[in-house]
Amino acid sequence: MGSLFRSEEMALCQLFLQSEAAYACVSELGELGLVQFRDATFEKLENELREVNQNAEALKRNFLELTELKHILRKTQVFFDEQEGGLNHTTESMTRALITDETRTTGASMGPVQLGFVAGVISREKLPAFERMLWRACRGNVFLRQAMIESPLEDPTSGDQVYKSVFIIFFQGDQLKTRVKKICEGFRATLYPCPEAPADRREMAMGVMTRIEDLNTVLGQTQDHRHRVLVAAAKNLKNWFVKVRKIKAIYHTLNLFNLDVTQKCLIAECWVPLLDIETIQLALRRGTERSGSSVPPILNRMQTFENPPTYNRTNKFTKAFQALIDAYGVASYREMNPAPYTIITFPFLFAVMFGDIGHGAIMALFGLWMIRKEKGLAAQKTDNEIWNIFFGGRYIIFLMGVFSMYTGFIYNDIFSKSLNIFGSHWHVSYNKSTVWNNKLLQLSPKTSDYEGTPYPFGMDPIWQVATSNKIIFQNAYKMKISIIFGVCHMLFGVIMSWHNHTYFRNRLSLVYEFIPQLVFLILLFFYMVLLMFIKWNRYAATNELRWSEACAPSILITFIDMVLFNEPKKPPVGCKTVYMFWGQHFIQVVFVLGALCCIPVMLLGKPMKIMQARKQANVQPITGSSDAEIGGPAGHGNGGGGHHEEEEMSEIFIHQGIHTIEYVLGSVSHTASYLRLWALSLAHAQLADVLWTMVLSIGLQKEGWLGGIFLTIVFAFWAILTVGILVLMEGLSAFLHTLRLHWVEFQSKFYLGQGYAFQPFAFDAIIENGSAASGETD
Amino acid sequence: MKICGPKCSLCGLIISVWGIVQLVLMGLFFYIHSVALIEDLPLEEEYKTLDEFYTAANTAYNQNAYNCWIAACIYVLTLLLSAQQFYMNSRITAN
Repeated sequence: MGSLFRSEEMALCQLFLQSEAAYACVSELGELGLVQFRDATFEKLENELREVNQNAEALKRNFLELTELKHILRKTQVFFDEQEGGLNHTTESMTRALITDETRTTGASMGPVQLGFVAGVISREKLPAFERMLWRACRGNVFLRQAMIESPLEDPTSGDQVYKSVFIIFFQGDQLKTRVKKICEGFRATLYPCPEAPADRREMAMGVMTRIEDLNTVLGQTQDHRHRVLVAAAKNLKNWFVKVRKIKAIYHTLNLFNLDVTQKCLIAECWVPLLDIETIQLALRRGTERSGSSVPPILNRMQTFENPPTYNRTNKFTKAFQALIDAYGVASYREMNPAPYTIITFPFLFAVMFGDIGHGAIMALFGLWMIRKEKGLAAQKTDNEIWNIFFGGRYIIFLMGVFSMYTGFIYNDIFSKSLNIFGSHWHVSYNKSTVWNNKLLQLSPKTSDYEGTPYPFGMDPIWQVATSNKIIFQNAYKMKISIIFGVCHMLFGVIMSWHNHTYFRNRLSLVYEFIPQLVFLILLFFYMVLLMFIKWNRYAATNELRWSEACAPSILITFIDMVLFNEPKKPPVGCKTVYMFWGQHFIQVVFVLGALCCIPVMLLGKPMKIMQARKQANVQPITGSSDAEIGGPAGHGNGGGGHHEEEEMSEIFIHQGIHTIEYVLGSVSHTASYLRLWALSLAHAQLADVLWTMVLSIGLQKEGWLGGIFLTIVFAFWAILTVGILVLMEGLSAFLHTLRLHWVEFQSKFYLGQGYAFQPFAFDAIIENGSAASGETD
Repeated sequence: MKICGPKCSLCGLIISVWGIVQLVLMGLFFYIHSVALIEDLPLEEEYKTLDEFYTAANTAYNQNAYNCWIAACIYVLTLLLSAQQFYMNSRITAN
C-alpha cells in the first residue's frame, strides 16, 4: 500500500542523547521535521519574558520613587519656607495657648509635645476624599497642605500617565501620627521620609538631585547606546528572529526530555515514521559530529499500546485534498485515507452541479493562473484569509473548473446556450404551412425527425430550442444520473470498509457488518440503478407498443411498490405488464426479503459473537487463546481502541443498534441526498439562463447602431454578475454540497476519523507560525 | 496620466479580454444565423407573412452581429486604456 492510501506507519522511540550533543542533535531533527516529541517530564519552560518585565518594572518604580521624593522635597521646601516667615509667631502663639510653661524655637525637635509631620504623594483624584477623611478621622486636629505636581508621572505597572499631588500633614502626638499613617496607607499614598531640620532637608534634596541627575545621564546614555544597538540590530533582525525561534524551539523541546539518573544523558520519547528512521539516524549522527561528542545517540524503538499519530505524507497537490478530509476529522491510525479518491470524486461531483463550459473555464483559468504563478504568489505572504483559502485550494479549483467544462460539454451548456458542434440529429420535417399555423409542434423520435443515433457527445443542441419540455427531459436524465453516481459512490465507500476490516484483521466486522451492508445496498439501491439501465435499454419510441415509451414504468413507483410489497397498478392500455423483464416480481420480493434479513445480522451478529466468545473465555480461563482471538483483533486492530474488553455487553448492543439504524436509514436518506446533484445542477442552469435573458439579452435586443455601445455596457454588467453570482456564489454552494456528500454520504461508510495528527518538531512550521503571529502583532 | 488604481485597471483588463473573445464569437454566431441565439433578436411577436419574418430575422441577425463586433471594438479600446493604466500602476509600485 502506498503511503497515500493509508497514514504512515509510526513507531514510538526512545532517544538517548548525551547532554553536550543534545542541542546539536535536536537542531538537526528540527531541520528534518520528521519527529514528534512527547512530554517526558512535567516541567515547564520558565517565562523569561515575565522576569525581564519584572526587572524593568522594578527599575521604573525606583525612578518613580526618586522623582516623587524630589517633588516632595521641592514642594515641602516651599511650605516650610512660607511658614518660616510667620513660624516664630504662629508656633509661639500656638504653644503658648496650649502649653504655657515652655517657649519654643523654630524647627525645634525637643520636648514631648511638638508638631510632627509626614509628607507623601497621592494621586490627584483621591485627594479630596483623602482630605475629608483626614479631617473627620482626626477631628480637625491635623493640618494638610498640598501642591500639585505639574508634570504627569508614569505608573510603572500599567504604564499610564498619572497626575499626582504632594501633601504634607502636620499633627501633634504619636496617636495622631499612627492614625494619619493608617489613613495614608488606606488611600495608597506613598510616604517618604522627610527630615525635619531644614539643613538636613536641603542636604537630602541636594543628594536626591544629584542622584536623579546621575540617573538621568545614565538613562540618557543607555538610551543613546540602545538606539545605536537597535539600529544596528534592525539590519539583521529577521535572521535573528529565525535564529531565536529555532533556539527557543530547541530548548523548549529539550525541556520535554527527561534526565536520566546519572545526569549524563537526556532521554526523549518521540513518534517517528518507520520509513524515516534511517534519515533520522543520519541527522542524529550529523548532530553528534557537529557537537564534537564521541558517544553516538541511541534511537531505541519502544513497544506501546498507545495510538500512534496519523501522518499522511502530502505534496503541494494532495495537501489541499488531505486538508478537506482532515477538516472533518483526522483519520484513525492506518485507517483507509479517502483523500486519494477525493482527488477525482470531489471535482467530479462538484462539476455535476456546476456543469457549464463558460463558468468552468473561468474557474479553471483562475486556478491555472494561481498554479502558474505559484512561487511568486506563495512568496508574498498576506493575511488575507479568503485569498489564502483560494490559493491553498488552487489545484482543487483548477480541477473543479476543468471537470465543470467536461460536464458542461455533456450538458451542452455554455453560459446557458448550446453548441451545435456535430450537427443536431433531429430535423424538422413539417412543411411551411404547418409551422406557420401551429404555436407548438412536436418532433417524434418515432419518425424521420430523429436520425436514430444520438448526438455524438453530450446533449443534443436541439433541446435548447425545445423550451417547453427541455426541463422535463433534463430532469429525468439528471435525477437518474445523480442516483447512479450516488449509489456507486456509496458502494465504493462500503468497499473501502472492507479494506479497513481486512487490514485490521477484524473478522467479526467483516462478516457481520461489511457483508450485510454490501448486500443490503446492492439488493435495494444498486438494483434500482440496474432498473434505470434496463429501462433505458429496453424501451424506445421506435419499438412495438409493448416496449414503447408509453409502456415504460416509472422507476420510483416500481421501487416504492417493491419495498412496500404493493400490487402494481394496472398497466396503460396496450401494455401487457408494468414489469420490465420476466420474473421481476419474484426477484423483487426475494431482494427485499434478503435486504430485510441483513438487518438482524448487522444488528445482532457481532454482539452475539462477542458475547459467546466471552462466555467461552470465562469457562476456560486457562487457554486464553480465544480471548486473544476475539477481543484481541478487535482491540489492537482498531489501533488501540483496546477498551473492547472492558466494554459492557449492553453497551456493545446499543452501539451496534445505533450503527445499524444509522446505516439502514442512512442508505435511504443518503441515496435521496444525492438528488442534490440534480437539484443544484438544475438551479445552476436555470440561473445562468435567467441571467442571460434578463441582462445580456436586453443589450442584444437593442435595435440600431447604438446597440453596440449599449451592449458594451450591458456586457460588462453581465460579466460581473456572472462571476459574482454564478461562479463565486453558486460555486461556493456547489462546493459545500460536494463537501457534504463526501463527509456524510461517502465517509460515513468506512471512515472513523478519530485519530490525531502527527505534529513533527520542524523549524519550517515554527518559523512560519512565528512570523504569522508577529505579523498580527505588528 | 493615472485614472484608476491597480485593481480597477486589472478588472478592466480582464473584462476587456473576455468581452473581445466572447463578443467576436457571438458576432460570428449571429452572422451565421445561429438558431440558438434567435431569442436574443429584436423581433416582433407576430408577423403577417413568412417572408416578412425571414427578412426581419435576417436583418436582425446581421444587425446583432455588427453590434457585437462594435462592442468588441469598444472593448479593444478599453483594453488598451486599462493596459496603459495597468502599466502606469505597476511602474509606480516598482518605483
